[in-house]
Amino acid sequence: MSEPRFPDEPLFVSAELTLRYRYGAGSEATHYLEGLKERMAFEGTRCPKCERVYLPPRPVCGICYVPCNGWLPVGPEGTITGATVVEVPFVDPVTGEQRPVPYGFAFILLDGASTNIFHFVDETDRTKLGVGMRVRPRFRAERTGSITDVEGFELIREEGT
Amino acid sequence: MPDVAIVGTGQTDHKSRRDDVNIPELAREAVDRALADAGVTFAEIDAVCFGNMDLFEGLAENEHWLASTFGAEGKPLLKFNTGGTVGTSTTMGAYYLLKAGFYRRILAVGFEKQAEGNSQGAITTVGDPIWERPMMAGAIGNHAVMASTYVADSGVTEEQAAKVAVKARRNACLNPHAHLKLPDITVEQVLESKMLAYPLRTLDMCPTSNGACAMVMAGDGHAQKLAARPAWIAAVASAHDQSFQGDSPKRMSEMRSLIAVRERLYAKMGITDPVNQLDVAEIYEPQSYAELAMCENLLFCEKGGGGRFIDAGIPLIDGELPVNPSGGVLSTNPIGATAMIRVAEAAMQVMGRAGDHQVKPDVQTALATGYGGNAWSDALILTARQPSR
Repeated sequence: MSEPRFPDEPLFVSAELTLRYRYGAGSEATHYLEGLKERMAFEGTRCPKCERVYLPPRPVCGICYVPCNGWLPVGPEGTITGATVVEVPFVDPVTGEQRPVPYGFAFILLDGASTNIFHFVDETDRTKLGVGMRVRPRFRAERTGSITDVEGFELIREEGT
Repeated sequence: MPDVAIVGTGQTDHKSRRDDVNIPELAREAVDRALADAGVTFAEIDAVCFGNMDLFEGLAENEHWLASTFGAEGKPLLKFNTGGTVGTSTTMGAYYLLKAGFYRRILAVGFEKQAEGNSQGAITTVGDPIWERPMMAGAIGNHAVMASTYVADSGVTEEQAAKVAVKARRNACLNPHAHLKLPDITVEQVLESKMLAYPLRTLDMCPTSNGACAMVMAGDGHAQKLAARPAWIAAVASAHDQSFQGDSPKRMSEMRSLIAVRERLYAKMGITDPVNQLDVAEIYEPQSYAELAMCENLLFCEKGGGGRFIDAGIPLIDGELPVNPSGGVLSTNPIGATAMIRVAEAAMQVMGRAGDHQVKPDVQTALATGYGGNAWSDALILTARQPSR
């Protein structure tokens, strides 16, 4: 076995990929995203067996292995179940550009839902952001039928604070 | 069905850059070392199992042009592709094939050359493109939110998490293959390192490594000829969670897929007191808080007791149950190889070949885990004693 070689000046070959994709949303997402766009409404799908209300909505309960039946309104307010302030820059998966930092980011349990969603939170002071806090959505004025029609969530501050 | 053992392991010396070699050369370093450790040549290998992370280096189906790197021409070459767990999934795939009696000896390989790719960009494409991708915060933002659930439930302090970060980088100094070796690191340095996303600081996170790992595995009758003390695979388990990141109610605080594999493994092995019944654990800890959460979920301590567990020194290399004496993922993270390194390190401990980071002269039982971003978990138990004898 020969020892690894250590070139004095390593040579590199560059590559750049720009690829475009278009994903079919499916029936659950189409219903849900139309609700966000037209009525600023959140709806989950419900398991008839365990009665979990799933957000994101889905056709089958992964715990009971039975089809979900029917839509149930959830939210619009909710409770933070996990939170951070992201301070390290990284690539935004939608735009390919660096997302500006800092920004608040949280797991949110919308009222009436059994599962959390994650979203942006309008708070960049980590001492003011924590588990158990209440939030409400901030919708865009111009909505396109995307989960980004909700621009982020804002903290519901107690009266007098 | 025949018993299956690991009879040789090989790793590169993991580093932040390996500009001196290309990908096949990098993988080949680990392969050559594993073959030498087992005392076999390519001619004696019946099949090859290989895994690495899709998209990290912008490569797809790279097994086609890597086949000769693994000596796989004319042989079965199976690619595994399960994300963070790929190294344990590849090991378990080889185990299933040997257990079924299809082959005598299998070479298992994993690698990552992260410096050549765009790992964070690739990770943001892991989520469902309709529901999750637009909000993805990369590995660090996601881990910070998960860690916050664990902090909220357990009350673990920043100092206690920092002790995990210190333990890892000091253990790494005893491991010739480890990447991030910091002999003089202190808790204060961890707490003063740059905040990435609260509560995670730079020194709470795993590094970005380039490296490869390979193992020679063999069935009963062949394993004994290749190793005086093979590391027998006594039990394996794998479990997925539900579809979306927010489905698991407690995320890191209560890791459902890890709990599922723990229950199956411990039941099979009759483990009721892991701290006393296991001799060493090599677990896939992507950040400092996660190690403590995983120790709780693996019942190394009581629920909410992760902080006291590290305060008491139980997981130190000379503690009651050493956790990651290799330095762990916090010291070395070539992702496609990382979970296999956990298995290889556990095997080295059982075989008595861990050198300066050998935890005690006679490791009978070792646990290794793989971690797929909370979405799924793998775990294996290796023993010095042959399972069916």
